[in-house]
Amino acid sequence: MKKIKMGKTLMAMVLVLSLSLLFTACGNTDEETGDSDTTEQTKITIVGSTSVGPHMDALTKMYNDSVDGSISFTVEQVGSGQGIQAVSDGSADIGMSSRELKEDEGPMEEFQLCTDGISIIVNSANPVEDITMEQLKAIYMGEITNWSELGGEDAEINLYTRESTSGTRGAFEELVLGKDANDEQIVIDETICAAVQNSNGQLGQGVESDPYAIGYLSMGLVENYSIKTLSIDGVEATTENIENGSYVLSRPFLLLTLTTPEGNVSDFLNWLISNADAREYLEENGFIV
Amino acid sequence: MKIKATRKNKSEGFYQGLFFLTASISVLAVGLITVMIFYNAWPAFREIGLWDLLSGNKWTPTASNPLFGLLPMIVGSMVITLLALVIGLPIGIATSIFLAELAKGKFAAVLRRSVEMLAAVPSVVYGFVGLTLVVPFVQRLGGTGLSILSAGIILGVMILPTMISVYEVSLRAVPSEFKEGSLALGASHWQTIGRVLIPASRSGLLTAIALSIGRAVGETMAVILVAGNIPLIPDSILDPARTLTVNIIMEMGYVEPGSLHYSALFATGAILFVFIMFINIGVQLITRKAVKK
Repeated sequence: MKKIKMGKTLMAMVLVLSLSLLFTACGNTDEETGDSDTTEQTKITIVGSTSVGPHMDALTKMYNDSVDGSISFTVEQVGSGQGIQAVSDGSADIGMSSRELKEDEGPMEEFQLCTDGISIIVNSANPVEDITMEQLKAIYMGEITNWSELGGEDAEINLYTRESTSGTRGAFEELVLGKDANDEQIVIDETICAAVQNSNGQLGQGVESDPYAIGYLSMGLVENYSIKTLSIDGVEATTENIENGSYVLSRPFLLLTLTTPEGNVSDFLNWLISNADAREYLEENGFIV
Repeated sequence: MKIKATRKNKSEGFYQGLFFLTASISVLAVGLITVMIFYNAWPAFREIGLWDLLSGNKWTPTASNPLFGLLPMIVGSMVITLLALVIGLPIGIATSIFLAELAKGKFAAVLRRSVEMLAAVPSVVYGFVGLTLVVPFVQRLGGTGLSILSAGIILGVMILPTMISVYEVSLRAVPSEFKEGSLALGASHWQTIGRVLIPASRSGLLTAIALSIGRAVGETMAVILVAGNIPLIPDSILDPARTLTVNIIMEMGYVEPGSLHYSALFATGAILFVFIMFINIGVQLITRKAVKK
């Protein structure tokens, strides 16, 4: 009897404890957001690119853990264009852009966080070594459908793509497919593809196991798979070729501020650009720093 | 004595309240989920229209003129589920009969444990095994291997634990008089199974099938890895297909909150939700009918 009773009490205690934890956990988040009586800026709003956003999210957490825990960051991922807009109208402290600024945008302060290269990948058994930019576009528009047209085997090309909301796919569409006659961004028609894969890992593995596959991948991740990278117009996808500008499938990740950054914003930006851990994080995620 | 009794009542009341509170959490959760899904899906229903969502066969959410047709995903979910049943059902029925009627001793115990273990394997592991074993095999039949067939094979195995545990119990629940009577009339063991036990446990089989459908329709992780995920109505089982669940998971990660695309993903969830609700109600009707009998 006593044993059972103790079991009951224990269970009740666990229940109460977990419930109270639940409530206190909810309460904490409310408190954190609303206090700033110091002169230093303690809330930093970062708005912009969905490709930079997830990494910025991780980097702000690293910053809070290792340097300054008193700053509350808000990272909103709404796309590069809206990020730039938010900086120029003052609603964001820092903007994130995964492309160069256009002429009518700015002027504002730019900090290059890193560069992202995109590799065009095929199965390691594929004899094709090089394609032109026009061929690449025609392949993803469904106009070239057989490897023999590119000097390979007589077999259908299996197109692999990322999901429609992927930042890598957005950059690929922007850099390779370009705009149509109405100045609208052309997007990949998923129905002509062999597979839509929702991570770099799935895409790499898909191309690795399919002899007639073609796909695109962030450059730093290619070495994780036994796949072959195609050169484009004779230029190989290497860090040097991206840095000297000859390999065209690359884009900068930019951080933007309206005026010269001060105080906490300046500290944070400096940390991003100079801290070894932050650099290492970006390199691990396949970026060129 | 008196003090002790009141004390007991007090603590009983306390526990009753506490347990009532915890019990209402699940009711609250169902309510909140329903409200949340339909609240977020409402803009899509209003701007795209229910009929266009259900019957549109083009899903191009990021195009300059976006289209949000869910028909390829509805067909994808149905075809993959159907194939999973075609593969899993015969195996499930045979295993249940074997466990309930034929298996004896240690081997039966090992078999039962194995089936239970199958339920404990995380779905992403199924997907991974499918990717490394099933996909290369299907690739030899044609296409890339990322196909309805691969997804169907994996789901066919994944529904086995649900199916077997439900159907075996209902086979055992057939009154022993039925079996004894049949045997006494001179029927063989095999005839008794086929002519008496299976017909008598029909409602159990229907419940097992309905629960398996629910499991297969709702599965995401294993499917996303092997199905190819193309939003196109397939021509053959070697073609890729996208299910409703995959559509949500795939694009929810980076979609802009509050956009029409975001709402259309919730609409996908709402349609899935209604679909699974119907299956659950079906299960309840079947079991209620069985109890009445």
